[in-house]
Amino acid sequence: MINNIPEPMTPNVFRINKKYKETHDTFTIELEPTQGTDEFFFSPGQFNMLYVFGVGEAPISISGDPKNPKTLKHTIRVVGTVTKAMYRLKRGEVLGVRGPFGSHWPSENAVGKDVIIIAGGIGLAPLRPVVYQLISQREKYRKVVLLYGARTPEDILYTYDLEQWQRRFDIEIKITVDAAAENWRGDVGVVTTLIRKISFDPSHMIGMICGPEIMMRFTVAELQNCGVGKENIFLSMERNMRCGIGFCGHCQFGPVFVCKEGPVFNYECIENFFGTREI
Amino acid sequence: MKPSLQRGDRIVLEREHFQNLLDALNKKGYQIIGPTLGEGSIIYGKLSCVSDLPIGWTDEQEGGMYHLKKRGDNALFGYTVGPHSWKNFLFPSVQQLLQAKREGKGFQVNRKREEIPKFAFLGARSCDIYAITIQDKVFIKGKFVDPHYASRRGDTFIVAVNCGKAGGTCFCVSMGTGPRADLGFDIAMTEVLKSDRHYFLVELGTERGAEIFQEIPYKNASEEERATANTVVENTAKHMGRYMNTDHIKDLLYRNYEHPRWNDVAERCLACANCTMVCPTCFCTTVEDTGDVPGGHAERWRKLDSCFNLDHSYIHGGSTRYSIRSRYRQWMIHKIATWIDQFGTTGCVGCGRCITWCPVAIDITEEARAIRKSEQAAE
Ligand SMILES: Cc1cc2nc3c(=O)[nH]c(=O)nc-3n(C[C@H](O)[C@H](O)[C@H](O)COP(=O)(O)OP(=O)(O)OC[C@H]3O[C@@H](n4cnc5c(N)ncnc54)[C@H](O)[C@@H]3O)c2cc1C
Ligand code: SF4
Ligand code: SF4
Ligand code: FES
Repeated sequence: MINNIPEPMTPNVFRINKKYKETHDTFTIELEPTQGTDEFFFSPGQFNMLYVFGVGEAPISISGDPKNPKTLKHTIRVVGTVTKAMYRLKRGEVLGVRGPFGSHWPSENAVGKDVIIIAGGIGLAPLRPVVYQLISQREKYRKVVLLYGARTPEDILYTYDLEQWQRRFDIEIKITVDAAAENWRGDVGVVTTLIRKISFDPSHMIGMICGPEIMMRFTVAELQNCGVGKENIFLSMERNMRCGIGFCGHCQFGPVFVCKEGPVFNYECIENFFGTREI
Repeated sequence: MKPSLQRGDRIVLEREHFQNLLDALNKKGYQIIGPTLGEGSIIYGKLSCVSDLPIGWTDEQEGGMYHLKKRGDNALFGYTVGPHSWKNFLFPSVQQLLQAKREGKGFQVNRKREEIPKFAFLGARSCDIYAITIQDKVFIKGKFVDPHYASRRGDTFIVAVNCGKAGGTCFCVSMGTGPRADLGFDIAMTEVLKSDRHYFLVELGTERGAEIFQEIPYKNASEEERATANTVVENTAKHMGRYMNTDHIKDLLYRNYEHPRWNDVAERCLACANCTMVCPTCFCTTVEDTGDVPGGHAERWRKLDSCFNLDHSYIHGGSTRYSIRSRYRQWMIHKIATWIDQFGTTGCVGCGRCITWCPVAIDITEEARAIRKSEQAAE
């Protein structure tokens, strides 16, 4: 009867044009649609549901440059069934894509302010698009700082981008690892310790955070210690997702759906339940 | 030629003409679904004849208890709600969403197109009609529309029955959802049983509701017949088996995420998920992709799920809601608190099913009361 309503659970078929290793357990794929338009528009922070034929689907952030809609990039850490199956796919093979879904980083609120980006582990993937965006309109912002924590030097993602950014004088990059061998010259310790090592104007800044929940908890606390108001802190949450569009109920986080209202939230909006255990 | 009926009119349908209503719905192409005896309870199934209804039966319900019993009269609707709800038809517990076929290096997705009957729900209670409008908000009133729900919901014809008896676990009066149907129906009936007469006072809720009566014998309702029907429903409202104080209930629960009562209920709760399965508003599903990958065939299925399952909140590294305490808390706070922020209405319509079908008789009204009382005691 109403069979002409679009089926939002149907993936579109995309071909893998490139696939490369980022670290021992993480890789990036570049995708191109097999039908229709060859452009995929998104806002930094949004995610797609990626489907492996006959295996399953997983929410994965878009990690490429929003100004380059012809190349859809995803960076994936291999942890279980679906991500393993994604890793096995070769160049020329296909993936299903539904999206883009969810909210985005508030670059528009950051104009004229310092922007402090804080990433832990794979949390850098959803933040890379916003770094590209800030750099492409660098004059609109005051300081731009990226603080990044990885487990070991071998776990550092996007080393090619980081090196390039480090050579620029208009963006400050600090990297720390939890543990390293002696030849590591950089910082050792959790990413929150880097906050004390930079200077910024706490009353004119926007903080964007993505990483494990525990890391985000400490980071929010540290920013607040520095005098940052909760309305200026944004973070990206992770919950189990089965649909990405508000039907399955799995991504509930207190009163919000991470797939609809999130994944990027203003801290002020989730403050009351963010710290609640097992919520 | 009878004068034409209009929306809002109140008429009387005699018991002996009840079959004409079923026939008229059939003739319009509706598949009639309504209460019938089965599985030791009153469930919803296909109806073609009045005698398919549980005539003369009633149910007795209490926490963790459901019994069928003879009434001693020939009422057609002398019971309340059973383990089924209309979600069994609008939102079946297992649905295929897609099929995909490998083609060269790619694959082709085929949408599953179902032949869906035009439903007429006969004997829908007010609480359950509210439940349908609540699920409408989830599946068709948001940014995305679920085509499966939408095509089933389509133009479902709803014949409401105002309750003539309250169940032992009912609390629609507390939730503002009954016992009189006040929205979402095409026709609403109140069954009146007297020693010498058995009839239905019918309120026409829509134009198509009025149209159905073109071929059914009826007469206009007298003042007295209306008053009698009113008394029936008012009487039901006075005999609710349960009560829940909903005053600022959202804030009450938001303040009490760490209340010791959650530990107490966790000791009793089996996390069996019965409550979410019978609840007419619970909508959680899991999506399963299956595949005969070498054979080049894949399917996507959607299955009813529950926040009581450990997997519901699984993310790499472990489940967010690991303890039963946190899962019961998710369920109850979702039903009567976070739902209000999400959809602008509570997710509980007071139908009492979760109380009746809980194997250990956990009672949402009692749990809410315990939390409220402890705050009052602390003041
Ligand atoms: C908004 C969002 C963005 C994400 N972005 C990325 C990204 O850019 N790169 C990346 O590598 N990972 C990302 N993740 C995490 C990624 O979705 C999970 O690692 C992935 O679902 C694991 O699936 P699996 O089958 O390989 O693992 P298994 O452990 O086998 O998981 C079994 C099932 O549990 C569910 N599940 C397990 N872990 C998660 C999880 N962390 N989040 C949600 N559901 C989960 C999935 O439905 C999965 O099918 C993101 C998660 C969310 C919610
Ligand atoms: S929570 Fe219980 S009483 Fe409320 S609608 Fe669901 S089953 Fe009915
Ligand atoms: S109570 Fe649980 S199963 Fe029901 S809709 Fe809410 S999260 Fe889903
Ligand atoms: S992922 Fe299904 S409701 Fe959010």
